[in-house]
Amino acid sequence: KPKLYYFDGRGKMESIRWLLAAAEFEEEFLETRDQYEKLLQGGSLMFQQVPMVEIDGMRMVQTRAILSYIAAKYNLYGKDLKERALIDMYVGGTDDLMGFILMFPFLSAEDKEKQRALIVQKATSRYFPVYEKVLKDHGHDFLVGNNFSWADVHLLEAILMVEEKKSDVLSGFPQLQAFKARISSIPAIKKFLEPGSQRKPVPDDKFVETVRRVLRMYYDVKAN
Amino acid sequence: MSGKPRLTYLNGRGRMESIRWLLAAAGVEFEEVYLETKEQYDKLIKDGFLLFQQVPLVEIDGMKMVQTKAIMSYIAGKYNLYGKDLKERALIDMYVEGISDLMQMILMFPFSPPDAKEKNIESIKERATNRYFPVFEKVLKQHGQDFLVGNKFSWADVQLIEAILAVEEKVPAVLSGFPQLQVFKTKMSNMPTIKKFLQPGSPRKPPPDAHYVETVLKIFKK
Repeated sequence: KPKLYYFDGRGKMESIRWLLAAAEFEEEFLETRDQYEKLLQGGSLMFQQVPMVEIDGMRMVQTRAILSYIAAKYNLYGKDLKERALIDMYVGGTDDLMGFILMFPFLSAEDKEKQRALIVQKATSRYFPVYEKVLKDHGHDFLVGNNFSWADVHLLEAILMVEEKKSDVLSGFPQLQAFKARISSIPAIKKFLEPGSQRKPVPDDKFVETVRRVLRMYYDVKAN
Repeated sequence: MSGKPRLTYLNGRGRMESIRWLLAAAGVEFEEVYLETKEQYDKLIKDGFLLFQQVPLVEIDGMKMVQTKAIMSYIAGKYNLYGKDLKERALIDMYVEGISDLMQMILMFPFSPPDAKEKNIESIKERATNRYFPVFEKVLKQHGQDFLVGNKFSWADVQLIEAILAVEEKVPAVLSGFPQLQVFKTKMSNMPTIKKFLQPGSPRKPPPDAHYVETVLKIFKK
């Protein structure tokens, strides 16, 4: 089974957990600086960073590399180069959107309010309209090639994360509302959305404190 | 329509430079459209060319591709610079992503305030020499081959030579502790397509200057 090394929280690992939702995986949670230093000294972290995923005899790092490998391995990457290109483009967009949310817990209270507004503005004016149109134009259930892919998982994850910042954010996007319901009902995804799954909750102060303590970084994060 | 890929970006490096490198290394000729005014940029958006309202944009094989990584993955796949199987692709992706993190620091550098520039160069030097270059030095030493992955020229090699040259522009002696990388740099620089790209008159862009920064701020100001 793949083994994930990260904090007990979302961060950059969450997209990987989502994509592995159909497969089973183990997790080792970083809680202390010592654990992290041990991983470093053991040479397990190519660029001294997590996420790190042990999979198929490799110690993979770099979120996007890991996600691409998993997508290809589990046939979630389209049927040819052009479908892969579309998936990569769509995932690039949702990744940029989730990037605004990634740093959110580390911001000051004042910056959080500004960032929340920015997240909602980017979602509703730049990103959601794209996927709304894609779905409307082809009328299929899935974003690419009429087949479930990484792009669909990533978009659902992004939608749910933005909704956590503004619950009615999908109100102008009927296609995305239907998409959300459809993808959420796929058995593996449905299971991942239920309590007791390996999905992590919204990051809290404890998560921020753990990251700062283990990495000795991110003490003074500014908004975009 | 000439059939060549067409690149739309500013007349400067930015996020498009890695794409120019990859196409050039693959021996692919391309056309370029330079954004000089906000009006041009707004028109591109209005005409629906930019999926997420951003450049780089590369028109290739009937697609209007955006998102730098997506574009490079497509080019690497198309021109056989992406390894022979999933595991080689995984290695290439890891290396490229790591190098890209280092390049990000260089990308942002021209936009940092004057009083932060020296500190930023120090950071670039520190990361290059302590985090990134040692990895590739070790990879090359361990397998003793000319190329990073699978004994074959790949996207990872192109990305690394680009990064080495970019860091050297800021930290001239940066390769002094890395004999394998010095050899790698020479070998890659002598590959015919790369050698051509490194000569004057190629599509390679010069280091960003004040005019470039000014153009970026003018075109992308909110």
